[in-house]
Amino acid sequence: MLSILRCVIQRDITLAWRGRAGVLSTLFFFIIVVSLFPLGVGPELDVLRVIAPGVVWVAALLASMLSLDRMFSHDYVDGSLEQLMLTSQPLSIVVLGKIIAHWLVTGAPLVLIAPVLGLQFDLPPKALITLLASLLLGTPALSLIGAIGAALTLGLRGGGVLVSLLVLPLCIPVLIFGAGAVEASINGMNAESHLSLLGAVLVLALSFAPWTTAAALRISVE
Amino acid sequence: MGSSKINWYKYTSPASFYPLAGKMIPWFAVLTAALLATGLYIGFFVAPTDFQQGDAYRIIYIHVPASWMAMFLYAMMAIYAGLGLAFNARLWSMMASAIAPTGALFAFISLWTGALWGKPMWGTWWVWDARLTSTLILLFLYIGFLSLQGVIDDKRRADRAGAVLALVGLVNVPIIYFSVQWWNTLHQGATLRLGRSASIAPVMLSALLIMIAACWVYAITVTLMRLRCIILEREQHAPWVAQLLGRTI
Repeated sequence: MLSILRCVIQRDITLAWRGRAGVLSTLFFFIIVVSLFPLGVGPELDVLRVIAPGVVWVAALLASMLSLDRMFSHDYVDGSLEQLMLTSQPLSIVVLGKIIAHWLVTGAPLVLIAPVLGLQFDLPPKALITLLASLLLGTPALSLIGAIGAALTLGLRGGGVLVSLLVLPLCIPVLIFGAGAVEASINGMNAESHLSLLGAVLVLALSFAPWTTAAALRISVE
Repeated sequence: MGSSKINWYKYTSPASFYPLAGKMIPWFAVLTAALLATGLYIGFFVAPTDFQQGDAYRIIYIHVPASWMAMFLYAMMAIYAGLGLAFNARLWSMMASAIAPTGALFAFISLWTGALWGKPMWGTWWVWDARLTSTLILLFLYIGFLSLQGVIDDKRRADRAGAVLALVGLVNVPIIYFSVQWWNTLHQGATLRLGRSASIAPVMLSALLIMIAACWVYAITVTLMRLRCIILEREQHAPWVAQLLGRTI
């Protein structure tokens, strides 16, 4: 079971590496969206510091929505998804592998670049660390929840917009706790409770989402 | 048990539920009209003016039932969709699809009347308060369900995909509700609470309860009407529909 998990992760990462441009565009989308806010709101650092947690988190949310489309659709079009579904291994493990690969390719770069973007908003060092920690806990949860939506909308017309419509409301708790943690840390409070809740959401998503996504894939691919 | 002679399973078939729904609709429609008329009359003419909020409080006779129904109907929709998914029963999935627009409508009415009430009370149309926000998110969940079912042409896939989404939403609703509650809430405490004496005058309470009942039977009436349309649309190639239409036209 672990071998198929590793095999799927390796395969997806190799495929993503060969088509780097698509992956990098998600990262640049994130950077550009975050950088647009100072241009729209104005350069006052006091204002920017207040809106920074929300801006970075909403941008991360949108960026992860954009990349969801890629999670299953290529494999669906070229038929390899059906082959994966026919293996004797549990489908939820295969799905978990694909989600982990998706997060490593699109979520992890966002987490790493976020502190740099936080500097643009004049966040104090402690808040930068909290931002990193909250994204580290939150973006995998976004990938997990998003996988359900990606599986449900597989092969539908207008799938890209639709998946955001389905998934964004479900991601609201992640957004609240993630941005809340950074905000608490900016105000000099302890961010631990927010981070614990974010971890709880991640654990919950980790235990339910692969299984639900597998069920959704079986419905979509018949 | 006298009722054991009736074969209830018979009514899980769309063909036999269609005429039954047709017989039930007029009764529920009359009941809706009667309850609405009574509830609105008591609420707007008999119930006294609130000493704090003036006459503006009367909007709760629409607002509270609508909010309740929006939440309740989401749970009903998810349960019917889940049963349809688990037992592969078409009628239950159709029931879920029939409930969704009414639920979305109630969520919208709840937000709309909430805004109308908020303007004189809080001096603003909208506040980012916990309950307003979670009703808004509930509306988003309804919209997601409706649009997912709308773009899938294969009706069976639409039923099952919608069911997965509704069930995921149902698990998420409490999490969303409690996460949204982290903000300091401006909203007044709940008007009706179980296990505690209600904090409003008996006349107001009876008007409110009648309005809740009215919204309930309204939802049943409209859902059954919509269900009949959905059955006809999906079963249009079935012999019994051809027979039915051939006879009535």
